[in-house]
Amino acid sequence: MTERFVVAIDQGTTSTRCIVFDRHGQLVSLAQQEHKQHFPRPGWVEHDAGEIWRNVERLAPLALQRAGITTGQVSAVGIANQRETTVLWDRRTGVPVGRAVVWQDTRTDGLVNTLAHAPGAAEVQERSGLPLATYFSGPRLNWILDHTPGLRDRAERGEVLFGTMETWLIWNLTGGLHVTDVTNASRTMLLDVRTLRWSPQACEFFGVPMAMLPEVRPSVAVFGRARSAFPGVRIGAALGDQQAALFGQTCFTPGEAKCTYGTGSFLLLHTGPELIRSTHGLLTTVAYQLAGEPAQYALEGSIAITGSLVQWFRDQLELISSAPEIETLARTVADNGGCYIVPAFSGLYAPHWRSEARGVIVGLTSYITKGHLARAVLEATAWQTREVVDAMNANSGLTLTTLKVDGGMTADNLLMQSVADVLDVPVVRPLASETVSLGAAYAAGLAVGYWSDLEDLRRNWHRAAQWMPAMEPAVRDREYGNWRRAVERTFDWITPA
Amino acid sequence: MQSIERAAAILRMLAGGTGRLGLGEIAASLDLAKGTTHGILRTLRHVGFVEQDRVSGRYQLGAAVLHLGDSHLDVNELRSRSINWADPLAARSGEAVRIGTVRQGRALVVHHVFRPDDTFQTLDTGTLLPLHATALGKVLLAYRAAEPPAELEAFTRRTVVSRRELATALDRVRTAGWGTEIEELTLGEAAIAAPIRGYGGLVVGAIGISGPVERLCDTRYRPHPRLVGHVRDAARAVSADLGAARH
Repeated sequence: MTERFVVAIDQGTTSTRCIVFDRHGQLVSLAQQEHKQHFPRPGWVEHDAGEIWRNVERLAPLALQRAGITTGQVSAVGIANQRETTVLWDRRTGVPVGRAVVWQDTRTDGLVNTLAHAPGAAEVQERSGLPLATYFSGPRLNWILDHTPGLRDRAERGEVLFGTMETWLIWNLTGGLHVTDVTNASRTMLLDVRTLRWSPQACEFFGVPMAMLPEVRPSVAVFGRARSAFPGVRIGAALGDQQAALFGQTCFTPGEAKCTYGTGSFLLLHTGPELIRSTHGLLTTVAYQLAGEPAQYALEGSIAITGSLVQWFRDQLELISSAPEIETLARTVADNGGCYIVPAFSGLYAPHWRSEARGVIVGLTSYITKGHLARAVLEATAWQTREVVDAMNANSGLTLTTLKVDGGMTADNLLMQSVADVLDVPVVRPLASETVSLGAAYAAGLAVGYWSDLEDLRRNWHRAAQWMPAMEPAVRDREYGNWRRAVERTFDWITPA
Repeated sequence: MQSIERAAAILRMLAGGTGRLGLGEIAASLDLAKGTTHGILRTLRHVGFVEQDRVSGRYQLGAAVLHLGDSHLDVNELRSRSINWADPLAARSGEAVRIGTVRQGRALVVHHVFRPDDTFQTLDTGTLLPLHATALGKVLLAYRAAEPPAELEAFTRRTVVSRRELATALDRVRTAGWGTEIEELTLGEAAIAAPIRGYGGLVVGAIGISGPVERLCDTRYRPHPRLVGHVRDAARAVSADLGAARH
């Protein structure tokens, strides 16, 4: 019998990857292609959706060729994608209307401020489980419809379609199926997070014609068969990238959490089928939904700047020549020397949600060296994780006992030790660094019966490393106090014009 | 060969002189054509042995020459570049994986992946291991990444303590392209390792697995070829990532 495989399409912010996995969840082959980042104005970030689709078409045969397999050996394809990025296209021609507006884009800054004071704002936030912020698709869609002449009329007539990246990819893969999954839909502010249906009130609030919205489907379900890229293969799953990582870490039980350390960092806590309203600056989001079952929810703490602070240290300050060297530099000193860096580069995300905050370096004295700054850079990620975990614990009534981590920054030993130290819980890395892709593959494989059930997937999870907390409680308390005072100093920096 | 001699002459000149030298001065002193001299200087700059002042365009010795004795690859960089290949090695072999490089005359554990059986294990990144009694260390010794210690301490009765025996063992590593250690550090434990190569093929580290003798070796104390294959594949993958040419 020929061996069968599952393929994940990981459509990320900077690149698109196709990864082939085997039955043990081991990576068999990988093909990756970066796409162009367009920065037409300060704070604006755009992608060419057409370029991204062409990359998928090119990467699909490449990944299979590198694995030495044929399309016939692929049991299912799963999609994990950058979330909140907004694509519009012509229903008839399939051609994108302008460039996709990326999640990092802050052009809706002013709009979000205006909308916050508009009637119905409180209800929209309540229904969607999200605070009004530039981060989400709803305000972005409103902005595009307002700034493209004639577009709203065309959208009303159903001639122009909206989607996040998975919707765009499935449309192209299947040749015209217009669908989204509950996890991606839950990031638009247009979904009623309890009923999992588009909210007419929210659509009216954001001025979005409902005719342009895709059909909402469970995340783990057969969406259809691909006609391009993987002809004949079933599309078994679509998930937002962070939800995919939660799935890849096999956090299937309420109380299980993971944190993915990348450019930004995202901590998701599985809270089960009951929806938990955030009262502490977290997002209420859908974790996943298996076909025919109730949705599972999660609380999410999103941190905007973590790995990108190291990149800034490398590219803008030029104090190191490669990202891993931050650890070498940090180890030249024993502690932070009293210095703290709060990277509120584009405001602060969870749990503060302060868009007017800007970054600070505090505690500078003539004693401070670049080694201390490097320490402060790494500690900023650790303390931001602590703030989110505190909010999670307070919000959910569950106490995090261990943190599962993944992402590129888990290669930094000093950082992982710092996270364990400041959280005072063990930090565990699984034997699979590509958890986003793995999650998409798991979900797709589950949908078509390649894997039998969640337990089957859990058996593939193994511990690759563990960091135990080793910080004196008195030191931890003092440092956390200092960090919080540093955070306060970032507030109210940008004053209304 | 001639160009290597000329490069050496240029380096000697820059090391002996006081301050920076211009292209004309170097070429004239060595009686070389300016074009030839420039070509050699460009290559020396590329490997970091020579630096050129941005303003005056004059040349001086590069930082890499001053640190020739140090490991030129940052250990955290090495971990970061090998992490994606160490995980599959642990998954395929079912054993713990370690990556080592030379530090203070011993093998420094740069990266450690647990044996994937979810038993309690402790991360030993940062630990220093004896070179002559570990597979990682023997690989590092065999490719001249380090000098053997003055005294070969015995950890078990299988530890290689004679210099001549060690030299023979290192010869075998070079011939085979991989190294092994069977109950030479701890009774009942064995290890297999292979070299990680950086630019120019220089050995910058070693990657290997370790575990109980009965799992790593057959009944005649020979490492299972399947496991050796996994280790060598991982070493080659990391080397390719680090930019080593084919070996």
